[in-house]
Amino acid sequence: MDIYLPIAGLSVNALMIIGLGGIVGLLTGMLGVGGGFLTTPILIFYGIPPAVAVASSATQITGTSVSGLLAYRRRKGVDYRMGAVLIAGGTLGAVVGGFLFRLLQELGQIDTAIALLYVILLGSIGLLMARESATALGLFKPSERDRAPRRHNPITAVLPMRWRFYQSGLYISPLAPLALGFVGGVLTVLLGVGGGFIVVPAMIYLLGMSAQVVVGTSLMQILAVTAATTLIHATTTKSVDIVLAVLLLLGSVVGAQFGARFAQRIKPELLRLILAVMVLAVAFRMALSLGWRPAEIYTVEPL
Amino acid sequence: MSWASISRARLCLLLALTPLLTGAAKPRLVPDVSQSAIQIRYSFTGADLLLFGAIIYPGGRTPKQRTDIAVVVRGPVEPIVVREKQKVAGIWMNANSARFRSAPAFYAAASSRPLAELVDERTAAIYELGLQNLQLSPGTGAGPEEQRRFEAGLIDLRERNQLYVEDPDGVTITDGVLYRARITIPARVPVGTYTAETFLIQNGRVIAGAPREIHIQKLGFERFVTMAAQQWSLAYGLFAVAVSLLLGWAASALFRRG
Repeated sequence: MDIYLPIAGLSVNALMIIGLGGIVGLLTGMLGVGGGFLTTPILIFYGIPPAVAVASSATQITGTSVSGLLAYRRRKGVDYRMGAVLIAGGTLGAVVGGFLFRLLQELGQIDTAIALLYVILLGSIGLLMARESATALGLFKPSERDRAPRRHNPITAVLPMRWRFYQSGLYISPLAPLALGFVGGVLTVLLGVGGGFIVVPAMIYLLGMSAQVVVGTSLMQILAVTAATTLIHATTTKSVDIVLAVLLLLGSVVGAQFGARFAQRIKPELLRLILAVMVLAVAFRMALSLGWRPAEIYTVEPL
Repeated sequence: MSWASISRARLCLLLALTPLLTGAAKPRLVPDVSQSAIQIRYSFTGADLLLFGAIIYPGGRTPKQRTDIAVVVRGPVEPIVVREKQKVAGIWMNANSARFRSAPAFYAAASSRPLAELVDERTAAIYELGLQNLQLSPGTGAGPEEQRRFEAGLIDLRERNQLYVEDPDGVTITDGVLYRARITIPARVPVGTYTAETFLIQNGRVIAGAPREIHIQKLGFERFVTMAAQQWSLAYGLFAVAVSLLLGWAASALFRRG
């Protein structure tokens, strides 16, 4: 069943896009990640222009994170104060990211920048996660010095103007989460990802937030920042394809519900290992596309 | 020569030919197109365009010497930049680029024999017959060598995307009188006014030409979405966010009850 995407300007197989959304949604429900790191590259491989892929994937993540956020809210797993600080930083980052996106587009380097960032970020995060989950599953013996991470990171401890974040169990400067949110915002605009795969580990290891509120708070930030990103892309690059976003959403919101049920039957360490393998696979595929001679040497852009 | 001066030269030539065309000694073309408008709707996967018509010879007699037909369908011209990837520090990235001020978004030429056998280079250049004769108006700066490389890259890319087509036996002529040609318009074409031109060629000379216009446009919902995204971009963005929030919430509510 072919459907014409008005903004992307081409026809796609609707069932394939809904299926892609479904798989991504399944992951979201199982693993608590937005899945943008899968959607954007697959859409680009499929022939959707990078700007449209990034923008519409951000729109989709907004929808997928709603149900997750609602679930965490019921369990009181959201630190609203921390979330607000992250969102402030994230919105700022999204605006700066919007400028960066336009600049790279004009230089003709946006696809290289997207691919490079994917390789670096996904590669390093994937390796860390694979090691951590393999250790937890007992496939791998930890070395002594890896144990007992420090509760307070020295970098965040020296920042001035401390606030109290009750639900996170923290007394730290808001500048640290602000900066973290900023990085997440830039990544959302540039890569069409929620940024959860960066922000969640940073909340645990850099900020030292208590584990019950990490995912919920991160979802709150992702929801707000991807919504802001949709608005920024809609007004600057004008590349939000609502038909594409709705097709992805149809699959992913349903997939997320099933994913959440599956997740309860599988060991969390195993889930993290699966996620790590997928993240590494995407990073590897991206690295190949950078190092291998591309199928198309020439690209055409309207002026 | 720029595209503008070429088309001026072409116009002069056509004007000079007009008395000949209307004269009794020369054959005449009665061309038609299967569709004068192509609508892009939700299930648009491209369109097939049929160009057909009749050659009317003076006195109704088919001459002994062979007459040929060439048809050219051309999309709106646009300024573009072509980028070329090179390996820099182990990574394939865009390095050089070249600008062309008048690249047609779509170009298809079909003829009853290979174009090179029909007309000489000069005539081919004047009428832009064939992919090698497109007047792309390259921007200044690059050397002729580099320009040719980018031109070849552009044509090759668009040929593989079926945006540029040259079919040396795409025109069938029946009994020397009726001709038809099928041109495929892929889904990935931009909207705008396209021209379909038919040329009657005899002894290496274009003796009759007849242009027709074809309008390709988005219609209904597709047109509305494109317009909204361009003109009311903030409202469009807000609506997109609202739709995704609603869908996410609806699924969560639905499954909780079930």
